[in-house]
Amino acid sequence: MANLKVSIGNLSLKNPVMTASGTFGYGTEFLDFMDLSCIGGVFMKGTTATHREGNFYPRMAETPSGMLNAVGLQNKGVDYFISHIYPEVRKYDTNMIVNVSGSTIEEYINCSEKINELEDIPAIELNISCPNVKQGGMAFGTNCQSASQVVKAVRNVYRKTLIVKLSPNVTDITEIARTVEAEGADAVSLINTLVGMAIDAEKRRPVLSTVTGGLSGPCVKPIALRMVYQTHKSVRIPVIGMGGISNVTDAIEFILAGSTAIQIGTYNFIDPAISVKVVDGINEYLDRHGFNSVEEIIGGLEK
Amino acid sequence: MKKYASDWKVVENIRLHSNYCLLKLSMDAVIPEMLPGQFVQVRVDGSQTTFLRRPISVNYIDRNKNELWLLIQLVGDGTRNLAKLQIGETVNLLYPLGNSFSIPKTINDDNVLLIGGGVGVAPLLYLGSQLTSQGYNPTFLLGARSRKDLLLLEEFQKYGEVFVTTEDGKSGEKGYVTNHSILKKKHYDFIYTCGPSPMMHAVAAYAKQSGIPCEVSLENLMACGIGACLCCVENTTEGHICVCTEGPVINIEKLKWQI
Repeated sequence: MANLKVSIGNLSLKNPVMTASGTFGYGTEFLDFMDLSCIGGVFMKGTTATHREGNFYPRMAETPSGMLNAVGLQNKGVDYFISHIYPEVRKYDTNMIVNVSGSTIEEYINCSEKINELEDIPAIELNISCPNVKQGGMAFGTNCQSASQVVKAVRNVYRKTLIVKLSPNVTDITEIARTVEAEGADAVSLINTLVGMAIDAEKRRPVLSTVTGGLSGPCVKPIALRMVYQTHKSVRIPVIGMGGISNVTDAIEFILAGSTAIQIGTYNFIDPAISVKVVDGINEYLDRHGFNSVEEIIGGLEK
Repeated sequence: MKKYASDWKVVENIRLHSNYCLLKLSMDAVIPEMLPGQFVQVRVDGSQTTFLRRPISVNYIDRNKNELWLLIQLVGDGTRNLAKLQIGETVNLLYPLGNSFSIPKTINDDNVLLIGGGVGVAPLLYLGSQLTSQGYNPTFLLGARSRKDLLLLEEFQKYGEVFVTTEDGKSGEKGYVTNHSILKKKHYDFIYTCGPSPMMHAVAAYAKQSGIPCEVSLENLMACGIGACLCCVENTTEGHICVCTEGPVINIEKLKWQI
């Protein structure tokens, strides 16, 4: 039995497997299918300073080995989270992490300040990469100047572990990663979804109400893996890798590419207990290859 | 209600005609309680172009044989793969999902009308069987494009009187369900409906104009089926709600349909 513990900033994870924001609700939705205490953490649904209705239906299109979504950060706002959701999720025996989203820097600050006060939320994931909101979101994460501004502002008010979620919809993701590292991010997580589009040929219309949406699932894995690999070589802070992870082999590949921890996203929809299976599989892999801890294989590609 | 994920064994897979199959599944354990209107998420393995599970309504539960029936229309690669499943093969389901049709307490025995169209008749068979077992005498009004698209008529006849419309008039009355003469002859106190969107809109409009309470079962595109992804939303008087958890059955009073 290998040691699966890893650290991200001040955050200790019992193992490197977590679930990705927007694919796992608040964890509550999955309690019938798995034991949350078996995984390293849960990144909860994107939370904003105020209530958002999200985009109009249709918000989803299935694609070969993946899907497009255009949910648009539907959530009831941070105050509702604190009063109605936090009292329940704080009881879960794993790291419950809030994904903080917004359209303006003030909104990010407002939300982060409030989450900072919650004793049992050990970290936030700053979402500067949501492709599905008209203002803000991804706009912050696609150029260094705005990424720098928003991370700096949030770092000023948020004292615990700050993870910044990066957009793949950029020319050079390492440039953004280095920028947010310089502003005090404790870790980066990547990738968020890739902007894509689906068309209904019979109706001669876009499938999504928003025309474009975010692509996720196994189809994005090679791109995600490449970006994790590049980013790991370019920053000193930990990288949390994600993008199409569907089984233990995928997870191992992301760790070898340089991920200290990984997130499982879209595949939770296919197998709601996949994250626990991946934890077991990592253990088995490490034993089979004679490693004592998962840390030994982080960024551990053979030369 | 507790949700489960498990493998089921194919007991029968009957091709009703080129576009529909009736998949009968069983498992070793006793099938847990499932309510009329609920659905399951069926995992499809080995399909080239599809990825997500397929949401399929509970068509019927045969408690004597411990069988779950799924009535499936072959629309794309996912459902076509399900139609190829052989007896003895396994299929993985998440179940039971969603809310259910409400069973009214204060109406006359004969005054519930179940209106279905196409493959949308699926959940109405289980609803009809449950209504019958609770002492109601439901009426079914089933519409289809043509005679061959009328599905499982003999099953529906076990639970109540069945009226039919076809667009070509070769079976039952010609036209749409909302034109059927039964609606003029008799007053109903409650309508349940499931079928193509234009049909449900027409039924909802009829119910609203006639002052009859009505529940529709929606089939919005869905990814997770358990309220996590927020993709299947319907815009309602309470804002965007997930059809997979707060539906699929929704009272027309709550919908923002232009009816």
